[in-house]
Amino acid sequence: MTCEELLQALNEYVDGTLDLSLAECQEFAEHLAGCNPCQIVVDNIRQTITLYQGQQVYELPAAFQDRLQQQLRKKWQEKFPRPT
Amino acid sequence: MVPVPPAAEPDPSDLDLLRRAGRGDWTAFEGLLARYQGRVFGLALRLVGHRQDAEDVTQQTFLSVLEHVDQFREEAAVATWILRIAANHALKSLRKRRGLPTTSLAAAEDPDDRYAALPHPRFIAPWRELPDQLAERAEVRCLLDQALAELDDKYRVVFVLRDIEELSTAETAALLGLTEANVKVRLLRARLLLRERLTEALGDEAARVFPTHDHG
Ligand SMILES: [Zn+2]
Repeated sequence: MTCEELLQALNEYVDGTLDLSLAECQEFAEHLAGCNPCQIVVDNIRQTITLYQGQQVYELPAAFQDRLQQQLRKKWQEKFPRPT
Repeated sequence: MVPVPPAAEPDPSDLDLLRRAGRGDWTAFEGLLARYQGRVFGLALRLVGHRQDAEDVTQQTFLSVLEHVDQFREEAAVATWILRIAANHALKSLRKRRGLPTTSLAAAEDPDDRYAALPHPRFIAPWRELPDQLAERAEVRCLLDQALAELDDKYRVVFVLRDIEELSTAETAALLGLTEANVKVRLLRARLLLRERLTEALGDEAARVFPTHDHG
């Protein structure tokens, strides 16, 4: 396996999907063991994904939160009108 | 006899909340809103990049959820259902802002959707710190937002849906009107581009290595 071939199969390896055969996985691992640049690229990509997945949840701006709640409440009452 | 205190109620599942909401229980709907509003807003903000548009998308999303709250088809997880609605509204908003026809993110014959033209990693170095140390720093959070915002729409959208929101390749492909093969190539490009940008900022210059093209 060349660096180029490894690059193309990177997703399957990083995601651990079943698209790779056992033989391909072995080739991948062998290449990485002997190729420091590719090893680092794989690590970098894993860390990139980890960082993005670990980002904290965005807070809604308070004024927007109020507006949203009010508008939904109004629609709710139209959808589920209370008997008077 | 000592009365046994009632066991603490476990949090209701999303599906419980949705079923109760579907029967007209506003409190249950509010519960779902509280659970998902941050995630929907984050998805919208990352996809459309403008706070005002992201607010509009969030509002449209929950209005759609409300409108269809009694018609939920239970083969999909509640989270996936809500995120799919949010992604649809966000894509519409993005296309509108860009002045593009609705098909533009799905251009069938995009030469970049081939593996042959992948960008090669240039700055290759281990990072100076581990992700959990980095994640706590404000400037790293800015870097992440900035790097994502700089990506071409077609790559950013796929990265956000696949790697951040963790939708499947098939779900992402269906949402974007792409083939699964195209989703995979775009995800790979997005990852490589983000890796490059982040490593330029976070990589250890002293430990930088250069690709050797002499082995096979
Ligand atoms: Zn290599």
